[in-house]
Amino acid sequence: MASRTQPLGHLQWTGAAVAALVLLAIVAPLAAVAWRADAAARLGAADWAAIRFTVIQALLSAILSVVLAIPVARALARQRFRGRGLVVALMGAPFLLPVIVAVLGLLAVFGRNGWVNHGLAFLGLPTIEIYGLHGVVLAHVFFNLPLAVRLLLQAWLAIPSERFRLAQSLGFSASDMRRHFEGPMLRMTAPGIFLVIFLICTTSFAVALTLGGGPRATTVELAIYQAFRFDFDLGRAALLGLVQVAICATAALAILGAAVPQVLGAGLDRAPVAWPRARQHRFGDYAAIGLAGLFLMTPLVALALQGVPALPSLPSVAWAAAGRSVILSILTAFVAIGFALPMAALIARGQGRTGLELVGALSIAVSPLVIGTGLFLLLFPVANPVALALPVTGLVNALSALPFLLRALVPAMIEAEATQGRLATALGMRGWSRFRLAILPRLRRPLGFGAGLAAALSMGDLGVIALFSAPSQGTLPLEMYRLMGAYRTDDAQGAALLLLVLSLGIFWLFDRGGRVNATT
Amino acid sequence: MKTTSIIAAGMTLFAGAAFADMPVLSVYTYDSFTSDWGPGPTIEAAFEETCACDLQFVGAGDGAALLARIRLEGARTDADIVLGLDTNLTAAAMATGLFAPHAVTATGLTLPIAWDDPVFLPFDWGYFAFVHNTDMENVPGSFTELAASDARIIIQDPRSSTPGLGLLMWVEAAYGPDAPAIWDGLADNIVTVTPGWSEAYGLFLAGEADMVLSYTTSPAYHLIAENDATKTAAMFTEGHYLQVEVAGMLAGTDQPELAQDFLRFMLTPAFQEVIPTTNWMYPAALPADALPPGFETLIQPETALLLSPEQAAEARDGALATWQAALSR
Repeated sequence: MASRTQPLGHLQWTGAAVAALVLLAIVAPLAAVAWRADAAARLGAADWAAIRFTVIQALLSAILSVVLAIPVARALARQRFRGRGLVVALMGAPFLLPVIVAVLGLLAVFGRNGWVNHGLAFLGLPTIEIYGLHGVVLAHVFFNLPLAVRLLLQAWLAIPSERFRLAQSLGFSASDMRRHFEGPMLRMTAPGIFLVIFLICTTSFAVALTLGGGPRATTVELAIYQAFRFDFDLGRAALLGLVQVAICATAALAILGAAVPQVLGAGLDRAPVAWPRARQHRFGDYAAIGLAGLFLMTPLVALALQGVPALPSLPSVAWAAAGRSVILSILTAFVAIGFALPMAALIARGQGRTGLELVGALSIAVSPLVIGTGLFLLLFPVANPVALALPVTGLVNALSALPFLLRALVPAMIEAEATQGRLATALGMRGWSRFRLAILPRLRRPLGFGAGLAAALSMGDLGVIALFSAPSQGTLPLEMYRLMGAYRTDDAQGAALLLLVLSLGIFWLFDRGGRVNATT
Repeated sequence: MKTTSIIAAGMTLFAGAAFADMPVLSVYTYDSFTSDWGPGPTIEAAFEETCACDLQFVGAGDGAALLARIRLEGARTDADIVLGLDTNLTAAAMATGLFAPHAVTATGLTLPIAWDDPVFLPFDWGYFAFVHNTDMENVPGSFTELAASDARIIIQDPRSSTPGLGLLMWVEAAYGPDAPAIWDGLADNIVTVTPGWSEAYGLFLAGEADMVLSYTTSPAYHLIAENDATKTAAMFTEGHYLQVEVAGMLAGTDQPELAQDFLRFMLTPAFQEVIPTTNWMYPAALPADALPPGFETLIQPETALLLSPEQAAEARDGALATWQAALSR
């Protein structure tokens, strides 16, 4: 494993500082809300029902997303075809969409008035109903399958090409490949991917309620809304916020404990070679890619068709908001990288790994409403929170991108330390030059991917700005909601398409930037 | 590039200095009021022409989020006026002790009910209603007919949405002790419950339901702004629940006279005439013949239902429990 004897360098110290900051960002808002509470709160029967529903839907969504992602990611790693890069890029899109946009896209396909039901009715078959637990899980898989595919694909592509050469000359069968490479690789990466998806789904609220079909589908996040706006019971809001963190922490500890770090051996960064017997799997692989593509792309096509007519006449406010969002998202990406890189370096050292990974995963475990309210309470005595709306939103966005970045960076960092670290140490490389020459080149792909993800997420997320909203500082998602709230559905659809294109474009630019000298 | 940005920065400073001598009136309101599509920008310009002041709107979510914001800020708030609470929220707002009597004589109010609240003044109002397409067959004419029909409706969650809470109060005001039976009957008509009005209305426009909970004035938007006469609202024999949106002055304001000027201005045509085609509600002090063409096509409920703020506050928790029990089955 990583060189435990080495003293902490600047990078690792920065990592420790980031970990402390994240911990503070989780604890301080919760504490601030609890501090203002009048009385202690207790959990009632409705709360336990909400907790049960939250956990069940998050578990189902995370399991399905990861299980379905495995054949798709393997197919994309195994097969080479024209337009593969485009397929990979486009497949990431659902993850980057604002919730309501994705829901409307899904409904255009699976809804009561959607394409699937029109087709079924045309064939004289009974129609399907999307509203219910299955609808919630469908939407969460739609969101998170792309994330799982991309993270798994990273892991597959990180298997050194020397292993493939060896496998090829030994005449490995598909089951040999599974046993020697893919099994260990999945044991290392899949639990972490499962965890982030579980965490995202835990704080879900609008998707769960809208597609869940009614108050049966109450999640903890919705219960927090109720405590905050309906009852103005800050004690309950804080308690429920804590419950949410506890659910996430329990899941994180269970899963991180189960993950087995593996190292698949050093490689010499040679150009990738073809998979042994890739042709044999053509049919299954293309079926997997085709089905996933159909599921993920059709709602996006529906959104694009609805949005295109409104795009030329989109109000200038929306364009100005788009400009703000682009700048904010790029800054967010750099801040997020600044957070994630040192923290990944610290985690890769090995000491206190589970604890650090836990902290790194929890920044998306805290209710956005609690974070926003807590920050408001903390800022209000010293500054005007409205004037700070954009920087605060950027900072919170960067923190919420941290778990995804760590998922991409940590395995690559451990791998790089294990394979290049000893040589670098033997050569007397230290500090920044050691990091720059030995480690960083191996992080290029996950860094580009992670930065793109952070930028695109920041672009699509409504974020805490909705709570601070200064009228003239709206981001594009906020402006889109405002258009919807003002009956301007056509303009909102145009804004949604613009948002989709910009998110994808930014993601693609960063992601490509990370792959400059990779052949894939 | 650099020079222009320096000039721009200088201009901002200069503008700031120019405003520095003027008193600032800070009005907290819900987000859609201040957005470019809402009444905010026009009203700001109109008031600033007369007041020699700087009117600043601060947006905060919706009505309930607005009240939560004021409660979080407490007595230290910068707000001089809060605009956009409704009568389901005013009892809680009063209980904070943060609001002061307006001392404005409200003349020429055009609400369907009498108004004598000493603290809150209405600026607009609307009837809740189920909106549907004109080609819908067997349109239900009451809650009981709706419950018995197979019409599919989308409503908002009362825990996160003001119209959602309005529907609870509507059923409560119309049926009182029989409300649970109505909700039991409605449960199988409800396609889904959304977090807010925008999602519900968006789903309805996408064809996910036959009807959506909105306002009798919603069809006016489609008619006036889109020249589309295919939307209308269903008239219910029980009567329609009112939403009256109000503004109030903070007790701790440092601009009490200016705040009163604004509240008086709020009831003049310069403010009221902006409301119908930006907020798509009825103005609180504008005669029907001054409404824009198109509003005469809207349905006119015969009975206006409204619980007093105290009744609404008292009924709220029980009504929510009833609703949750009926819809969770």
